[in-house]
Amino acid sequence: MTLVRISEDALALACGADEVAAAFAAAGCTVERVSSWGMHWLEPLAEIGGEGFGPLEPEDVAAVLGGTSSKAVGRIEDHPFIARQQRFIFARAGKTRPLSLEDYAAHGGWQGLARAREIGPEATIDEVVQSGLRGRGGAGFPAGIKWTTVARAAASRKYIVCNADEGDSATFADRMVMEGDPFLLIEGMAIAAHAVGAQKGFVYIRSEYPHAITKMAAAVRASAHLVAPFELEVRVGAGAYVCGEETSLLNSLEGRRGEVRAKPPLPALEGLFGRPTVVNNVLTLASVPWILAHGGDAYANVGFGRSKGTMPIQLAGNVKHGGLFEVGFGITLGELVNDVGGGTASGRPVRAVQVGGPLGAYHTPADFHLPFDYEAFAAADGLIGHAGITVFDDTADMSAQARFAMAFCAAESCGKCTPCRIGSTRGVELIDRIRARSGRAPDRVEVLPQMHNARKTERSLAEEIALLEDLCETMKFGSLCALGGFTPYPVLSALRNFPQDFGADGAREAAE
Amino acid sequence: MERLKEIIAAHAGQEGPLLPILHDVQAEYGHVSEEAVRMIAAALNLSRAEVHGVVSFYHDFRDEPDGRAVLKLCRAEACQARGVEALAQGIAEHPRVKVETVYCLGLCSVGPNALAGAKVHARLDAAKLAALVDALAAEVAA
Repeated sequence: MTLVRISEDALALACGADEVAAAFAAAGCTVERVSSWGMHWLEPLAEIGGEGFGPLEPEDVAAVLGGTSSKAVGRIEDHPFIARQQRFIFARAGKTRPLSLEDYAAHGGWQGLARAREIGPEATIDEVVQSGLRGRGGAGFPAGIKWTTVARAAASRKYIVCNADEGDSATFADRMVMEGDPFLLIEGMAIAAHAVGAQKGFVYIRSEYPHAITKMAAAVRASAHLVAPFELEVRVGAGAYVCGEETSLLNSLEGRRGEVRAKPPLPALEGLFGRPTVVNNVLTLASVPWILAHGGDAYANVGFGRSKGTMPIQLAGNVKHGGLFEVGFGITLGELVNDVGGGTASGRPVRAVQVGGPLGAYHTPADFHLPFDYEAFAAADGLIGHAGITVFDDTADMSAQARFAMAFCAAESCGKCTPCRIGSTRGVELIDRIRARSGRAPDRVEVLPQMHNARKTERSLAEEIALLEDLCETMKFGSLCALGGFTPYPVLSALRNFPQDFGADGAREAAE
Repeated sequence: MERLKEIIAAHAGQEGPLLPILHDVQAEYGHVSEEAVRMIAAALNLSRAEVHGVVSFYHDFRDEPDGRAVLKLCRAEACQARGVEALAQGIAEHPRVKVETVYCLGLCSVGPNALAGAKVHARLDAAKLAALVDALAAEVAA
């Protein structure tokens, strides 16, 4: 009987993988549901004896089995999209059944944990320090240093918290790890627990990921005996983007409003329920088993500058070949968008590329020489964030995107600090006026004689734009966390790179 | 209210049980009522204000029932780049289906996307979206 492998990742399901799988089963094939290769434009993708076929509809099944399908893509492992990658975290992608302990062990699973137990907690942390692994959630803080702080803190109870509140648009790598290789994350958390002496771990998953929640919960139950005495629990978020910020996430886990906490105290010293806590992103923890199994030095040999190892880059939005592309740091933005991604899905020219989710800057093709590296993007007034890349074609209206960044911040602000809570709403109003080219006359309160400092004359478009820049400055330096602090990135980059969308010509005329 | 007591009892001994309890209550009743807030607050030794604060903070919890089926349409940047705004303009008010905005379902390379219950839908166009709304409406009516 023919063995057909089809992904059961949420993205494949959304594209109709269940219907295709049923059609293969009805044709007498044995269907195995595996993780996704990450070639999203080909989903639902079926693999038969290493050969790939996609994107399939149920009516394509007969042609595939008859050997006459026009949707054959050749050997999947040799496909340029896969062959160009260097997969550490996603080494098993497309090859294993997500909830099979047998498959996981057969493909190198649990080796990292075994080695960590063999060499002891201190040497385990040394390996992670040696690897140069930096937090993959966006801030890029060295994981080894965080672990060392927690390990040295004296406390009777410590926690490992996995931040799986992946709310950034254009990011889905966390979801793919949890749905496709949940034991990898569990192994990474068990290693972290072993290293710092933690008894309990939480995986905080956003509620928008129902499939990941189910998979992780099942995997935690199935592997409980392998990570004991370390205990794991899956917790579900409740639709608050800001809970992806680590202190807000801790408040949410404790059963409070997801408001950001001021730091210090650092979560590493006073985290969940006031105890020393490691808070790491899914991808950070999922990188750890490889580091332990192969050694920190082997990991540090891959990468660029101070950005060590690999990064699962997510190509999304209006891109022809969207999906997950894991590669060592250093690849350029242009290679990612044009060579790997194949340009836009609409076939029109690329106008803007947002790197790093809703808080990331909008880049133009002039930035395509930038290497994927934390420092290089910071130097270009951008950020890598969680390595999501959203491609826009030339129909995009960048002042509308800038407005959305402010509106998103207003909708998702936790409300604790003023620059973010009020600034975002004022930002939306301001961009609306700029878009309408309306300028602004002083209102009835401003003209009152006792309002000594209020401006009495009308503001021109150029002055409104200067005001927007000033507001962004306040938000950037005055906000408590990255939500308010980074919202200026998309706004200012859109303003800087696409001045014509903000009526720049008109503004210049007005100034003259 | 027996069921509510069971839900609260099921989470006894859990660390930080409020969100798990609220999720179960929301799933069971479709909203978190004033009475539920009162009982949960008493059981967890919290003030009603604290529990209300949590219910009102998170988008997933509502304090009033809404009998309509919910379709969560992603309108974040990646779906915007794939044309979701044009789709969203075309959605009319429906008596039995509420189309809510959600920011990101993590299917960003195949948008526009939507989530109905635990079922995800990708590569939506106007016709597919309309069919989805109709199918949900039929489910509610049945």
